[in-house]
Amino acid sequence: MRIEVDRDRCCGSGNCVLAAPEVFDQDEADGLVLLLRPAPPAEAADRVRRAADLCPAGAIHLT
Amino acid sequence: MTATAATDLPLWPPTNPDHGPFALLDEQERGRLDKPVTRVRLPTGATAWLVTRHADVRQLLRHPAFSANFEKPGFPLLRPLPPQSELERQGGFIRMDGDAHTRLRRMLTAEFMIKNVRRVEPLIQQTVDEALDALQAAGPPADLVEAFALPVPSMVICHLLGVPYADHGFFQARSRTLLDRTAPVERVRTEVGELRAYLRELALARHADAATDLISRLVRDRVATGELSVDELVGMALLLLVAGHETTANMIGLSALLLLREPGRLDALREDPDRAPALVEELLRYLSVVRTGLPRLAVDDVEIGGRLIRAGEGAIAVLSLANRDPEVFGTADEFDPYQQAHQHLAFGFGVHQCIGQPLARAELRIALVELARRFPGLRTTATPEQLSTRDTSVVFGLNRLPVTW
Ligand code: HEM
Ligand code: SF4
Repeated sequence: MRIEVDRDRCCGSGNCVLAAPEVFDQDEADGLVLLLRPAPPAEAADRVRRAADLCPAGAIHLT
Repeated sequence: MTATAATDLPLWPPTNPDHGPFALLDEQERGRLDKPVTRVRLPTGATAWLVTRHADVRQLLRHPAFSANFEKPGFPLLRPLPPQSELERQGGFIRMDGDAHTRLRRMLTAEFMIKNVRRVEPLIQQTVDEALDALQAAGPPADLVEAFALPVPSMVICHLLGVPYADHGFFQARSRTLLDRTAPVERVRTEVGELRAYLRELALARHADAATDLISRLVRDRVATGELSVDELVGMALLLLVAGHETTANMIGLSALLLLREPGRLDALREDPDRAPALVEELLRYLSVVRTGLPRLAVDDVEIGGRLIRAGEGAIAVLSLANRDPEVFGTADEFDPYQQAHQHLAFGFGVHQCIGQPLARAELRIALVELARRFPGLRTTATPEQLSTRDTSVVFGLNRLPVTW
């Protein structure tokens, strides 16, 4: 699984951080998403899918 | 659509409050309103599409073809808009679209993100502890709304913004008017004006100040640099003050009632506070305090739930009904503390999704855990049907919750 995030779309809701804190964080300066692990470990896959599903802005893309 | 045809449409929101605080609709209303996408009449005489299914509500709220700008002609208003000048609307980004919205929201996203809310948790804890100390000292009986549910979120947002809590009588009365669908428009305008004047004075007094509250920092970092006007700052502070306490207060009051209604629920929370975060999500889903939904105006033709919604038509995203969509939540009309409720839409969806949700979650969790811990014998002295509810408010809740212990 590969993750891409679109910071222009991100509205800083933090849902991704709540779902998968080992993969997503928020920037201290602007609260927008920070991708910690573009290639997340297999055991995080479900949480990452949940993060993408819960993202209100459609800013997380999985391939 | 002709006027006679419009009056045949069912009215949204329904005006029958007899079914208690937990049922959303009675059987008859359900038959008329609880359909995927259906045409309704609003109290202002306008018509709109009522969107009630989880997937459709998500699609609608995330779709760029919908505007949140109340000023646009044809916007599906639930009450007439008070006449307001351009200046009186500045800063209220909940009603803005596109770049104008993004610009202001982004000045606040870092402020309310999870990490920063973790830093204010000691403040929330202290506020909750003090409110419960006072409740204990005063002794039973008490009104849990007045003594606990309302002051806690109000004190927290006041502290964060730098608004003196001593003025709570002033701004709580006015924010209630602002949220009341039946308040006369002239009164709404006057009271919004009073709130803005109050916040403006606070902001102007902060120019040379070294204080660390949000208003002071915005004055120094954004207004002084010319990035933000004082009127915009005032509008943002007003939005945070109103959105920041009525919603959470009503959630705390209704949650307490729901937990007290069945024996063992409060005990379970006391014995296993680690379950609190999941419980809070289920409470948010089940109670959905923004019950009448989020109005939007289509600015392009768009298909939602198999219906073509045309540019210029209004739609209402009904969060509360979407949160009881059986396709997503199974036996959704039942409160189930074990439910995996994280897909709920109580905070909305799309770019306007609640900016204060980490704060609201922390307040709810700490308030309910402490209430369970400190008041094991708590019980309510009224049946749900006897309780008076806020039926005409944009944010549903209890007027009072009489308790004893
Ligand atoms: C349980 C408590 C809460 C609930 C149920 C709730 C619900 C909502 C909902 C449904 C929206 C979306 C409105 C729309 O799309 O038109 C929203 C937006 C908003 N909420 Fe909350 N809210 C809560 C607590 C808070 C708190 C504590 C704050 C204070 C920081 C806050 C500040 C805001 C703001 C500023 C917006 C506008 C965001 C935007 O337009 O980008 N809310 N809230
Ligand atoms: S869930 Fe989406 S909008 Fe929210 S912070 Fe993460 S990427 Fe941004």
